[in-house]
Amino acid sequence: MNKLKCECGHFNPEGTILCESCGKPIEENQHLDGNDKSKLLNMRYEGSARRSLTYNRTIVDKIWNFFSSVRNGVILIVIALIASGIGTIFPQAMYIPANAPNRDPSVYYEETYGILGKIYYQLGFHELYSSWWYMILIALIGVSLVICSLDRFIPLYRALKIQKPKRHYSFLSRQRLFSETPDFSPEDKKKVVENLKNMRYKIFEQDGQVLAEKNRFSRWGPYVNHIGLIIILIAALLRMTPFMFIDDYVWVREGERKVIPSTDGQYYIENKKFHLEYYDEDDERYKEAMERMGQLVVKNYQTDVVIYKVKGETIPGQEPELEKVTEDAIRMNEPLKFDGYRLYQSGYQENEFSTMTFGIFAANDEEKSFGEFTVDLMSPEETYELENGFKVEISQYFPDYILQDGEPTTQSKFPKNPAFVFRVYPPDSDEPEVSFIGIGRNIDPTGENKYRLGITDFSTHYASGLTVRKDLTLPIFVVGAAIFMIGVIQGMYWQHRRVWINEKEGTLLLAAHTNKNWFGIKRDIEKALEGTEINMVVDQEEEDLEKVEQTATQE
Amino acid sequence: MSGSIAAFYVIGIVLYLIATLFFGNTIRDKKSKEKQNKSGKIGFIITVLGFISHIVYFILRWIAGGHAPVSNMFEFVTFLGISVVLAFIILYLIYRIDILGLFAVPTALVLLAYASMFPTEITPLVPSLQSHWLYLHVITVSIAQGILAISFVTGIIYLLKAVDQSRRSKRTFWLELVMYAIFLVIGFVFSTVLFKALDYSASFAYIENNQSVEVEYHMPPIAGPKEGVALQENQMEPLIETPGWMQGKDAPRKFNTVIWSVIFGTIFYLIARLIMRKRVSAWIQPFLKHIKLDMLDEITYRSVAIGFPLFTLGGLIFAAIWAQIAWDRFWGWDPKEVWALITWFFYAAFLHLRLSRGWHGEKSAWLAVIGFGIIMFNIIVVNLVLAGLHSYA
Ligand code: HEM
Repeated sequence: MNKLKCECGHFNPEGTILCESCGKPIEENQHLDGNDKSKLLNMRYEGSARRSLTYNRTIVDKIWNFFSSVRNGVILIVIALIASGIGTIFPQAMYIPANAPNRDPSVYYEETYGILGKIYYQLGFHELYSSWWYMILIALIGVSLVICSLDRFIPLYRALKIQKPKRHYSFLSRQRLFSETPDFSPEDKKKVVENLKNMRYKIFEQDGQVLAEKNRFSRWGPYVNHIGLIIILIAALLRMTPFMFIDDYVWVREGERKVIPSTDGQYYIENKKFHLEYYDEDDERYKEAMERMGQLVVKNYQTDVVIYKVKGETIPGQEPELEKVTEDAIRMNEPLKFDGYRLYQSGYQENEFSTMTFGIFAANDEEKSFGEFTVDLMSPEETYELENGFKVEISQYFPDYILQDGEPTTQSKFPKNPAFVFRVYPPDSDEPEVSFIGIGRNIDPTGENKYRLGITDFSTHYASGLTVRKDLTLPIFVVGAAIFMIGVIQGMYWQHRRVWINEKEGTLLLAAHTNKNWFGIKRDIEKALEGTEINMVVDQEEEDLEKVEQTATQE
Repeated sequence: MSGSIAAFYVIGIVLYLIATLFFGNTIRDKKSKEKQNKSGKIGFIITVLGFISHIVYFILRWIAGGHAPVSNMFEFVTFLGISVVLAFIILYLIYRIDILGLFAVPTALVLLAYASMFPTEITPLVPSLQSHWLYLHVITVSIAQGILAISFVTGIIYLLKAVDQSRRSKRTFWLELVMYAIFLVIGFVFSTVLFKALDYSASFAYIENNQSVEVEYHMPPIAGPKEGVALQENQMEPLIETPGWMQGKDAPRKFNTVIWSVIFGTIFYLIARLIMRKRVSAWIQPFLKHIKLDMLDEITYRSVAIGFPLFTLGGLIFAAIWAQIAWDRFWGWDPKEVWALITWFFYAAFLHLRLSRGWHGEKSAWLAVIGFGIIMFNIIVVNLVLAGLHSYA
């Protein structure tokens, strides 16, 4: 590598703009940071030699330079912003309402939103956030992030490490904050240094030249936060693998025990009870709001569950032996965690019957009852014998009755609309009477029955819908987010401030630089100079601005 | 709202109004070169008193409702207004600039007026909102947005002072458009207060998502619900129907309010133009003579620097934690979430652009104004038009 020797004796890497040690502008490189056109020096990255500004020959250089430009990074971000915004105009495919007439995206968008919807669908905006081009865009932002940070961090780190208290006059006088005090007293100088020290500036002194520096660590903030962002991007990519991420759903009825999906049959869940609670209508606090809304407001969804794990090996066809893992309640906002899985309360259904009680009556006299029997709809018995000698046989059972092409049949195995064909044997008789009975139906097929069955009671149960999740990427996201937060706070809530106090031929040169919050550093210097005869620094940028303003008003 | 809670709420608002007058007095005093004068100090103290009154409101309402009052739109927007005041107090203590009060306190007042458009009763919390993370999320986001609002305020002042008004240009046009938007907001406040004082009411039944719903208007219905049926005798016939793509809760009523705001706002704007005989922004410019541009730029940047990490924490991190616990996914591309992400990216872009030279000063000021526009879009339009999980009001 070519080395540039500065008059202070320091060797700088090729492409250096301001000498790493004394800050003297290196003649031939001033155009790189635009210093040749302005009075003040561009202090970003300390005028260090950045690869992207130095080399532009090979293809690698060109790619490196593309990605190390903040401008290009911002352009990528803006494209992602606009695309994301467009993605919210119509609902994403996963949010197509459940009650839409046709939920097929190829039909839904055009039907609901007309020609715009069609275009939206055809351009893939309905699944924007998982589309390949959106992901490429995000990946490019990630690459930009890495290269941009590397391009700046290393030279900046070097420059700040090598810097010396003694600075070249052309460096000091071209800082934004600068003053000269020709005849100064050494006591004043000492006092200023002391004051700065009391404000927790670190003092570096060399041959009477002083550098007071504070919060250099805040300069690393952006690099720390970008590391956090990269970790988050990596986690987002990992989340697309089934090994790291599982998403499933299970319905369990009250009293039911079943295998939890996506656990390789290793875990079972039993729903002991589902609770649905409403706010008390008379609750003083919310009365007004509930009256206005005109409906009950749900207070709690909760499933009391027991989780089991399969014990040992199971031979196919054999009932597995189960071991209790935990017993707990799952509520909204309080998922249940066990062995890396999480169960969330996500939905419920209440229209299932669990038991039905039937009475046997005289066909011609409603009042005359011959007893009752109760059927467990999940596992009905074949026959029910009453104490007074009646016997009832279930001939057919339709858990979810429907009449299809004139034939009675069942839509599902869930008791949502149970119906039965019963054979009723009166005491000491072998001749059954046949009855068909369901909700709102009671048919005597022969028209000659002496006994009539009637539903006297029933009970219902809830089915609880639970989301099954396993997400091993969560800790990675957490780490990424934490690092990002640390980095942003480090970079934003502290500022790197430096004050140079140099002497040249009996004149005191005072210059200062901060990466942000100029108001703050000016106040620091004001405080440090209090009670001394040293001239307050002049804000040379402000001077420039005022000149511009004056010429503007004169026009 | 019960008596004492409402009293503290109103007292706060009245104090802000009075404080605004005192801040206004500081610019009349053109001769004084000092940054701060007596009138400004009084204005600041009154603002702090108003803020304390609102803190009391907040605590009392928390106790009465049994949960932090940030769980419906009224409470949320109110808290945002209070946050703007808090942010103003913080930045005033750092920079001691009176003009900040003249613009920031009215911004808070407008937000409080917007809040009053929503039902004010304490609502019971549905299960998904019963989480401490929700409070943390909303409170942090609001405070962050309050601080970002200050960058909007200083951005506006910067532009009013810096944009050359001597001839027409794109910049004068856009700035005047922002002024017009502010008049629309004033029109909104005026129409809300006017019809509330007149106790106007009309109601309709209409079909939304295959369900019959009712909506009560507090302003004469220029735009009625789509195929709405009038429920009160002698109520005004709507002139037009609300377009069907406006789907948020009570969308027709909100759309109607927008129409009234535009009508009154435009009338006020035209009157102002007639009286001033020049662009509103040109008329304001001479009052800002003594304000330093680089100080405004500094505050704009500083408030973004303070607000951005807070916004990240509240708007993305706490939000994700809550979503993870309540809805089993920490991110769901719901419109509200996407717009929070857009806001975040926008301010990140702002911070990055500040790293290059040409973006300080006026360009930064424009960006700050646009950024706050995005925040307002998320609060107003996303709730009105793009209904998602978050449209809880
Ligand atoms: C295209 C990708 C990106 C590139 C090329 C990039 C580049 C940079 C650079 C060069 C800096 C300045 C470092 C310094 O001052 O020494 C920076 C700062 C920063 N970046 Fe990024 N960045 C990118 C994406 C992001 C994203 C997505 C965020 C978060 C939303 C972000 C947040 C920040 C923050 C908060 C700072 C500190 C700004 C300041 O100190 O004023 N960056 N970035």
